[in-house]
Amino acid sequence: MAEKFDVIVVGAGPAGTSCAYTLAKAGVNVLLLERGEYPGSKNVMGGVLYRKMMEDIIPGFYKEAPVERPIVEQRFMMLDKESALTFSYKGLEWGREPYNNFTVLRAKFDQWFADQAVRQGALLVNETVVLECIVEDGRVVGVRTDRPDGDVYADVVVLADGVNSLLAKSLGFHKEFRPDEVALAVMEVLKLDKKTIEDRFNLEADQGCTIEIFGDATKGILGTAWLYTNKDSLNIGVGTMLSGLIKHKLKPYELLEYVKQHPLIRPYIQGSEQQEYLAHLIPEGGYRSMPKIVGSGVLVVGDAAQLVNAIHREGSNMAMTSGVLAAEAILAAKEAGDFSEKALDSYRVNLMNSFVGQDLQKYKDATHHFEKFPHYFEEYIPLLTRAASQMFTVDGSSKWDKQKKIWRDLGSPGKKFKIARDIYNAWKVMK
Amino acid sequence: MNEPAKGQTIEEKQYLVRFKADTRSHLHVLDADICATKCPDKICTIFCPAEVYKWEGIRMHVGYEGCHECGSCRIGCPYENIKWEYPKGGHGIIFRLA
Repeated sequence: MAEKFDVIVVGAGPAGTSCAYTLAKAGVNVLLLERGEYPGSKNVMGGVLYRKMMEDIIPGFYKEAPVERPIVEQRFMMLDKESALTFSYKGLEWGREPYNNFTVLRAKFDQWFADQAVRQGALLVNETVVLECIVEDGRVVGVRTDRPDGDVYADVVVLADGVNSLLAKSLGFHKEFRPDEVALAVMEVLKLDKKTIEDRFNLEADQGCTIEIFGDATKGILGTAWLYTNKDSLNIGVGTMLSGLIKHKLKPYELLEYVKQHPLIRPYIQGSEQQEYLAHLIPEGGYRSMPKIVGSGVLVVGDAAQLVNAIHREGSNMAMTSGVLAAEAILAAKEAGDFSEKALDSYRVNLMNSFVGQDLQKYKDATHHFEKFPHYFEEYIPLLTRAASQMFTVDGSSKWDKQKKIWRDLGSPGKKFKIARDIYNAWKVMK
Repeated sequence: MNEPAKGQTIEEKQYLVRFKADTRSHLHVLDADICATKCPDKICTIFCPAEVYKWEGIRMHVGYEGCHECGSCRIGCPYENIKWEYPKGGHGIIFRLA
């Protein structure tokens, strides 16, 4: 007789573990399956973990969890070949409770988090790939794994299998993704002395800084680079739409080298030592790429449901909230003894009413807009850095003359009209 | 003077990563003929972040042992010519840090 659980969660990332933790805490018999050697061994993110959604699950987690640095400053750099216009917010309120976010190293953090789910009573089984969902009479009743006699049954299966979302695809919940729906990110972890990090980034010992880099960092194509401070290492990475890499025939690791060698970035990382190189996809299709997320006996959470807000580099927090909301829907369904699609649909309703669904709707056209019109990055960032250079260079010409020149350099009236229209359109997709 | 840059090539980057390769590949080119005759760009050899795909004059070499399991090749192949599965449980790439 095959084994049966109340719930099987596929994937021990932030979404899956949040779901398993919440269910186990409520006394549900839950199996958490992970294909890697340990949770986190297949997972990558830039490195920012938001405090609020994690604390909704485990209050005060940062006192015990392996977090790196609380972020007190977020910089946004619009980069040209040898200049940059930088905007920054630094607030010391982010350096004390309740905190805003932390850098984390996922291989460490995910292991710790999954361990907390195990302490609540979840059964974690690593090194197990789920090959397919077992479907009977249109209802998901379990999973087929790559272990011998690997069929396991449950009332509900939660698909937290990440960005590639193969299981939801095989259920017909979505089609194969297109290259303009995913970003390919490559990153390196660079070891650097703690004190050097603090000096270079203007930090105290218990403070961190993040830098998001736009423009020349991706050679003008849609994407961003980032540089984050860990305790005694830096994460430097670059992510661009896969379609952009294809169109411009760019090798992602060469783009990463380009960022690392950029004269404005290089001084930050000088003298550091490479520790790890990582590649991963990010689901950036947003609201319009979301699959069906509820079926009879099955729910889809996290990256597998494409829950990423690329504009605000949020994803793991949305994953956690989706995992908790899925768990709550399952608890309600269990109470009613009904695991049909209709009974589980409260997950979808609550998710779309939460910040997750609201933010996805807010930016539903943003990625596609900037993907379609690359000149925001190619043309307008150099235009801004040139204007700043002209305005701030003291060369004997009057400020009025400088303003006139900047205005003239924008181009013909037709060109100015185009810029105004682009600004309006950018506002429209971001508002 | 700036120090000479190290670790720039993909070979050097891949050397930083821990892999536990399975004995059989989880990546399969479905129709070798398509790569040879229909796909002049062989774009997978460009965008794959681990240079898993290498064109060897007449055939595509698939170095699955160094795969990061990102999924780009499955999505980016213009002919949907790559069968993409996860490596056997516990195998493949093992990230130690981020």
